Amino acid sequence: MNSPQETRRKNALTAIFTVVALIYVFPVILVVINSFKASSYVTSETFRLPTEESFMGWANFVKGMTFGNYPFAKSVFYSFFITIASSALILICTSMAAWYVARVGSFFSNVVYYLCVFSMVVPFQMVMFTLTKTADVLHLNTPWTIPVVYLGFGAGLAVFMFVGFVKSLPLEIEEAAAIDGCGPVRTFFSVVLPMLKPTLISVGVLEIMWVWNDYLLPYLVLDSTKYMTIPIHIQYLQGSYGQKDMGAIMALILLSIIPVIIFYLCCQKHIIKGVAAGAVKG
Amino acid sequence: MKKRRANRDTAALNSELIRRPIQRWFPLFLLPTFAAFCVGFLYPFCKGLFLSFCKFKLTSHWTWVGFDNYLRIFKDGGFIHAFWYTALFALVSLVIINVFAFMVAYALTQGIKGSNLFRTIFFMPNLIGGIVLGYIWSTLIDGVLIRFGTALALNTKAGFWGLIILLSWQQIGYMMIIYIAGLQAVPEDMLEAARIDGATRWQTLWKITIPNVMPSFTICTFLSLTNGFKLYDQNLALTNGLPLIQNADGSVIKTTEMLALNIVNSYTSNATNRGPGQAKAVVFFVLVAIISLVQLRATRKKEVQQ
Amino acid sequence: MKKLFAVLLALVMVLSLAACGAAPAETPNTPAEPETPATEPAAEPETPAATGSVYYLNFKPEADKAWQELAATYTALTGVEVKVRTAASGTYEEALVSEMDKSAAPTLFQCNEGGVASWGEYCYDLSGTKLYGELASQDYAIKTADGEVISIGYCLETFGIITNVALLEEAGHSLDEITDFASLKAVADDIHARADELGFDAFSDAAMKNGESWRYTGHLSNMPLYYEFRDDSISEKPATIKGTYLENYKNIWDLYTTDTAVTGAEVSTKAVDDSRNTFTSGKAVFYQNGSWEESSLRDAGMDMDKITMIPIYCGVEGEEKAGLCTGTENYWSVNKYASEEDINATLDFLYWVVTSEEGTTMMSEQFGPCPFKMSKEPTNIFAQKANEMVAAGCYPVTWAFNYTPAVNDWRTGVESALQQYTAGTGDWSAVETAFVQGWALQYAAENAG
Repeated sequence: MNSPQETRRKNALTAIFTVVALIYVFPVILVVINSFKASSYVTSETFRLPTEESFMGWANFVKGMTFGNYPFAKSVFYSFFITIASSALILICTSMAAWYVARVGSFFSNVVYYLCVFSMVVPFQMVMFTLTKTADVLHLNTPWTIPVVYLGFGAGLAVFMFVGFVKSLPLEIEEAAAIDGCGPVRTFFSVVLPMLKPTLISVGVLEIMWVWNDYLLPYLVLDSTKYMTIPIHIQYLQGSYGQKDMGAIMALILLSIIPVIIFYLCCQKHIIKGVAAGAVKG
Repeated sequence: MKKRRANRDTAALNSELIRRPIQRWFPLFLLPTFAAFCVGFLYPFCKGLFLSFCKFKLTSHWTWVGFDNYLRIFKDGGFIHAFWYTALFALVSLVIINVFAFMVAYALTQGIKGSNLFRTIFFMPNLIGGIVLGYIWSTLIDGVLIRFGTALALNTKAGFWGLIILLSWQQIGYMMIIYIAGLQAVPEDMLEAARIDGATRWQTLWKITIPNVMPSFTICTFLSLTNGFKLYDQNLALTNGLPLIQNADGSVIKTTEMLALNIVNSYTSNATNRGPGQAKAVVFFVLVAIISLVQLRATRKKEVQQ
Repeated sequence: MKKLFAVLLALVMVLSLAACGAAPAETPNTPAEPETPATEPAAEPETPAATGSVYYLNFKPEADKAWQELAATYTALTGVEVKVRTAASGTYEEALVSEMDKSAAPTLFQCNEGGVASWGEYCYDLSGTKLYGELASQDYAIKTADGEVISIGYCLETFGIITNVALLEEAGHSLDEITDFASLKAVADDIHARADELGFDAFSDAAMKNGESWRYTGHLSNMPLYYEFRDDSISEKPATIKGTYLENYKNIWDLYTTDTAVTGAEVSTKAVDDSRNTFTSGKAVFYQNGSWEESSLRDAGMDMDKITMIPIYCGVEGEEKAGLCTGTENYWSVNKYASEEDINATLDFLYWVVTSEEGTTMMSEQFGPCPFKMSKEPTNIFAQKANEMVAAGCYPVTWAFNYTPAVNDWRTGVESALQQYTAGTGDWSAVETAFVQGWALQYAAENAG
């Protein structure tokens, strides 16, 4: 198997991928470099490492976290709360819905399934004003209730992926559980849900990334005098006459990436497996 | 093959043992999601459908105008252009993203050194929001283009390929992971048998590996197609439709404007355009829905039943 | 037992979902929701019980802090709740569309000439209000054909060519030399020719990066528009324009993109920030921008005694007597559909802003000169320069570009044509088409409904 020719081939591949990977992370490295530069140097010397003259230390981070009169810590809290609550709600509700859709297969459940697939092709901008109005009428305009909006708008992709996976699960296990006297609720939570774990993770990753980075939906739906999220906070570093504090913007972007990177590294193994399992069976 | 599939589905549906009890639990299983779906998507979407037949400035103040909005958008050269441009873009990005994602996935399942690190790096752009890196990318691309005496805002081709590069950068990692899973699910005994039969690497790839990763292919093409059609943030940050072609009557064609951006511009540029903007949204939706359904069906047919 | 548990679970889930949506609905229209600590001041017996509240959707992120503080002061003084929400840069229209549709819509918003087509019908008639009576000049009020005052300008801004006098003198020239386009060009040409030796150039970057062209497609285009409207005595948004002075527009644009370090295609890659950096780092003598730049320049450490602003000369006859371009894009409108108490509360608040010590101080610090009787003398050096020039007999150049129909679309057309002309891939006739035909087309589109 490991002929010298084969080994050489593999080493060549490693070398190629090392180069490609370096190019791949370049934009991210740019963010890191520029977050330590004075704003005026971010645009004029984007690609240069900070020099003695342009190096700002942590000043950009401090500025980003203290500017304006809305406390940054509150933005961080709401970002975390909305992301976690929305993702949890989406995972629980849509996995249950997907099981229902996949196993019942009635006309109505099929209609729901196809509506979900259709909703995946609709960009948010297309429903933004009507959605904002609906959320306002139903008082879904606080961090505590906005997860419902996320569940509604994000249901499509989640249901689509879950249904695909559930269909691939062997029916016999559930039948056995039913014969043993398990009701559907028990069957779902103690038999089906554990089997869904890989898909839960892959859908979870998608939803967390989406909600965490989302700007327009919370900006339009929430009252930004009371509730901001990190992406909204970053937008306020731009003035109305083209003044952008690029240094501080880069610093905040970097800060906002860090929790996601940590999250990713923590469950890296599961993510790769999860994304894979969920999707392939789709 | 089709018949087998049908049999399997009916088998699932006929399992009354499971079906009936679940159906009784409708309020627990389906209702919460369905209710939220109505609030978060279905109602706003239907309201939008209704408003596409109206003149309105706010969604709660409207007057019915019938098909006027639809008649107006088909006379709008910018919209027609945006449609074809988006279709071309979605197609090209679909091909490029999937070809590269598959190639990378294939290479990374050959057991080369550092595979895990590479996977992590390629997946990373997925963790970062779209709008955030628009600025970095436009600076990067302009920095290269200016050496050739042009810029994103001046060159339709550069804008197109710039967007393709940005989108590929963001999506190849995710698609790669899906392909890796598909590749790992290819039955080892089939590969072994092929090797014993003396098949070349190339033959094995075409005859065994690729047919077996068709399910991954279905999902990846669907995701990249819809993502290509929905592209908005990156389009706004990178080109915002520039450069423009100037017609003699003063009307313009924004050569790199995609559908989502075109629609949003109609909403916000002036209030009399909101009705037509909503009509565009409906047309857009119908087209993309048809295209993705056709695509789903076409690739599903090719899947090997396991 | 299991079944009971399951039933309960289902109930809890559905209820919690329903509760999310319904719970707040039981207390409609009470501003005293737990998150807003607004009810306390009402306890003070000497202030009249506050009915109505103010909700201002502000346009300028940089003024947000000052507005919040002023609002808090007013609330402490009167007990009237004032909420100020600021739209993030570039998203005012989206924010306004969604906010106006909400149950608690803004009572006060911004609607300039460009916004009248969209928002005119939502504007309360301000004529006869105390606020309107405070206006020192009628020039900055927007009136409908029926004489309704739908919007009033609240601050005046000035733009022109900001000049670094220190560098100008270093190059051996003086400010007095520049009196018209020919002399401006002579000075700029000379500086540009010696740029290497001097270490600085004449003009800072004519930045035209995607979406940042407003200094040229907005402000600079005011020059041909102003002179054309002056000749034709136009005083309301015209359906068509002739482009009589486009040759002058070309003159000045060519100068901006010739006597500078940034030329050709590169112009399309530069942002306003780049242009400002070039100027503040002493690499350019001239920088076209407005009075709002003062604080940025000061923050960048420039010696403000050596900074001034000169009019934009473009070769029009008699322009030696031209002043700076003074006008406003910042208008207040009151939401007609707000409740009567809220409208009154809003008008009272605005009256207080333009008459009280706190209000006028904040206004002059944040916005410079304001067109109200009690307004303070501005400290802004560019505003002072504008006043001096008018006092010296120069004619003020008004903001004719406020009439631009469908502003964003029209400007994008001109932007792209200018970019292509400058890069050498398009010719000037495309700019003329975008300017003149584009105007007619956008006017027609805006009034199609």
